Amino acid sequence: MKRRKFDVAAVPAKTAGALDDRFQAATPLRKLLNKVFPDHWSFLLGEIALFSFVVLLLTGVFLTFFFEPAMTEVVYNGSYAPLRGTPMSAAYASSLNLSFDVRGGLVMRQMHHWAALLFMASIVVHMLRVFFTGAFRKPRETNWVIGSLLFWVGFLAGFTGYSLPDDALSGTGLRIASGIMLSIPVIGSWVTSSIFGGEFPGAILISRAFIAHVLLIPGLLVALISVHLGLVFKQKHTQWPGPGRTNENVVGERMFPRYALKQGGFFMLVFGVIALMGGLFQINPIWYFGPYEAWTVSAASQPDWYVMFLDGSTRLMPAWEINIPIGDGYVIPPIFWPTVVLPGILVGISLLYPFLEARQLKDYKHHNLLQRPRDVPARTAAGAMAVAFFLVLTLTGANDVIADKFHISLNAMTWAGRIGLLIVPPLAYYVAYRMCLGLQQHDREVLAHGVETGIIKRLPDGRFVEVHQPLTAAADDGHGELDYVGWVVPKKMNRLGALGPAIRGFFYPIERPAEAPVSPGHPPVEARPEREEITSGESRR
Amino acid sequence: MSTHTEQQAPQGREPLDVNDPRLSRFEIVQEGARRDDIEIVHYEPQFVPGSKAERRMTRTIALFFLLTGLAATAFLIIYIWWPWKYEPGRGGDKYYTPLLGLTLGIALLGIGFGILTWGKKLLPKEVSIQDRHDQPGSPEERKITGETMLYMADELGVRRRPLLGVSLLAGLLPVGAVVAAPLVGGLISDPHKNNQMFTTGFKPVDGKKVRLVSQDGRPIRPADVSVGGQLTVFPGIKDGVSNKHADSPTLLIHLREDDAQQSREANARIGHGGYMWGNYAAFSKVCTHAGCPASLYEQQTNRLLCPCHQSQFHITDNARPIFGPASRRLPQLPIEVDEEGFFVAKSDYTETIGPDFWERP
Repeated sequence: MKRRKFDVAAVPAKTAGALDDRFQAATPLRKLLNKVFPDHWSFLLGEIALFSFVVLLLTGVFLTFFFEPAMTEVVYNGSYAPLRGTPMSAAYASSLNLSFDVRGGLVMRQMHHWAALLFMASIVVHMLRVFFTGAFRKPRETNWVIGSLLFWVGFLAGFTGYSLPDDALSGTGLRIASGIMLSIPVIGSWVTSSIFGGEFPGAILISRAFIAHVLLIPGLLVALISVHLGLVFKQKHTQWPGPGRTNENVVGERMFPRYALKQGGFFMLVFGVIALMGGLFQINPIWYFGPYEAWTVSAASQPDWYVMFLDGSTRLMPAWEINIPIGDGYVIPPIFWPTVVLPGILVGISLLYPFLEARQLKDYKHHNLLQRPRDVPARTAAGAMAVAFFLVLTLTGANDVIADKFHISLNAMTWAGRIGLLIVPPLAYYVAYRMCLGLQQHDREVLAHGVETGIIKRLPDGRFVEVHQPLTAAADDGHGELDYVGWVVPKKMNRLGALGPAIRGFFYPIERPAEAPVSPGHPPVEARPEREEITSGESRR
Repeated sequence: MSTHTEQQAPQGREPLDVNDPRLSRFEIVQEGARRDDIEIVHYEPQFVPGSKAERRMTRTIALFFLLTGLAATAFLIIYIWWPWKYEPGRGGDKYYTPLLGLTLGIALLGIGFGILTWGKKLLPKEVSIQDRHDQPGSPEERKITGETMLYMADELGVRRRPLLGVSLLAGLLPVGAVVAAPLVGGLISDPHKNNQMFTTGFKPVDGKKVRLVSQDGRPIRPADVSVGGQLTVFPGIKDGVSNKHADSPTLLIHLREDDAQQSREANARIGHGGYMWGNYAAFSKVCTHAGCPASLYEQQTNRLLCPCHQSQFHITDNARPIFGPASRRLPQLPIEVDEEGFFVAKSDYTETIGPDFWERP
């Protein structure tokens, strides 16, 4: 019998064939490889959130190997000399060990914390992008709802996470959390004592927060993120309007090879930036705070940034206590409103927004093309109002630090916050609305009269006029009318190719002249067959 | 592969025979894309193969990857050999974490920029157009699916056999409760067990008054607190100075003569006469707003500030809240000095400690 020669070159093809025989993967795989993604820098924001979540999972698993989620009292005997001999909880002691006695543990801890801050920040920025461009409209309302939930679940993940080390700062945070739970009418004290296992602080909370932080919440996050991505994949990404782009197509790059390569590179960049931050920028130095003791606190006790707006709302709330004189009397404490009711309202508004807007505009069509914020002034202004509201509260969350650093009275800061919270958001609404209208008008001016060239011409009668470069050939009446079609209007001459592009090359110029930069939103400007003389827009009035 | 730009293919185009040996690989790829309703309308290599510019770009990318290798090696060397154990003072160990972060960061950024440059600069630029196909299913399809689902309901025949529905409901409801029971039952804890929300460590034990002790557990004499000074005190019982009695930390303040007079008058107004001992007054340190220790005492104005939410309490006016979100005064601990000359609590606090809640009387 003749032995067949083993053909190495045929192995991949044979393997692929064998796989397809069993899983019929060839067609779906090709579809996946070919899927087209539109590209724009603002579409990367959500990916930062996804990538920092991956970093969170990786570093988080490392941390669990060393962290001991127990409130048992131990006496610290580790490397950090200043705290040696101090009684503390096992959770705090193991967090110190992670920082000082586990090789490379501190860099992991700090990367985990920075990744968490970045995760929340990119969620917020991504959400703003989706909001201001109208990407949440039908058919993508579900993904908006999931995204909003991701913020709040991430909020919980962050809060349970930074409560775990049981240091003085996080213990104070938990104390406040218990105060917030206590304030809930009727069931407050029952909820609190059930969660804390008795009176604050109890002996069980850290273990409960731990299992929530490492299992329940991440599980929920993974589930929500999977559905979120699955829906993006199924519904295909939105795109900016532009040449050849319609509501029925996607214009961009196929996923492989270029798009996927860029994503992979971007993941590494996010990972790298988190590593740099984790190494170079100290965060949450729990060893300076000491163990949690119910009687210690220091000024400038601020939570992580995404919690600060609630801290701010709590500080601004006037001391309005509601007494209900039935029987022995019942109380609704003032802290209930800014910490339970306000977040409830915020969750409600954010979840319902797409539906409210559709109802308001009676707009139930499919939308796959994005809108420029200026084209929807009411929404943009409402968004600006929300951002202003959030900023006032967040700044107020640090008002003691601001008062201290800038030598302002603390009470004046509180009053400024109270008044600011009422005045700044409507002001932001008005300003944003007017800015949108102004930008719209300017777009139309350019479309009608052309781009300002910066060339001043003196007319025979002595007047000075600026020469405008029309964007289209003039019609018979001298006006070249272009309709606004929802994308960027060129407003500088070098956008029209009038100026040479910047010379490229770092040390030496690269000889080959680069193409004029064309961003995806720009209509390509084609040279007209015969060049006309540049005419003045003014003269046509 | 040359620059390739074309218009959308006309509809109803014949599929290519992909086994045709004259086809290039790109043409096969393009045919595959077409079968997925994707038209590659523009495909343009960024460099002439083998050109100087391409070689320069290749070298740049290679440099990024080599940088990664270097940084990663540096990371390992530092990780293994750098002195990392904590030493007091400004030792080399203080640089361990920054160096790890720096080398790891550079290594990752190197890969990142390498891959990105590869993708963005070396691979051909393309514009592809894919149909979305997000029209809803045809009315016919919808009807068929709807009817299928209704058919399933018909087959179960709950409407014809109402007993089934009712009994199923009757069976399932308790099962749902069974699922919830262990969770609720296990977690629930009565907040009023041992009257814990209304008592503190200062509650007299077997009729014996509890001493005020300092953080190291020593009882306190009046001379321990100077005029205008303050001291955090704890109940002198087992675990009194620990988080087990998180509701007990108390601020003992030695007021100046005239402030003490004011304070006594204020006490008398609300029937708290005799709560002070001499010029000493003791107030709960647990803020009535959210439970933080209200611990920043300003001697000159007799204000106590809680650093968490800036509630301010006027000490000489029964610790009344005068600014910020707190709505209730800090409870006052009635104190006296026992026969041995140490401070004791006359009784437990007469008001509820800490953050407010619904059923606080």
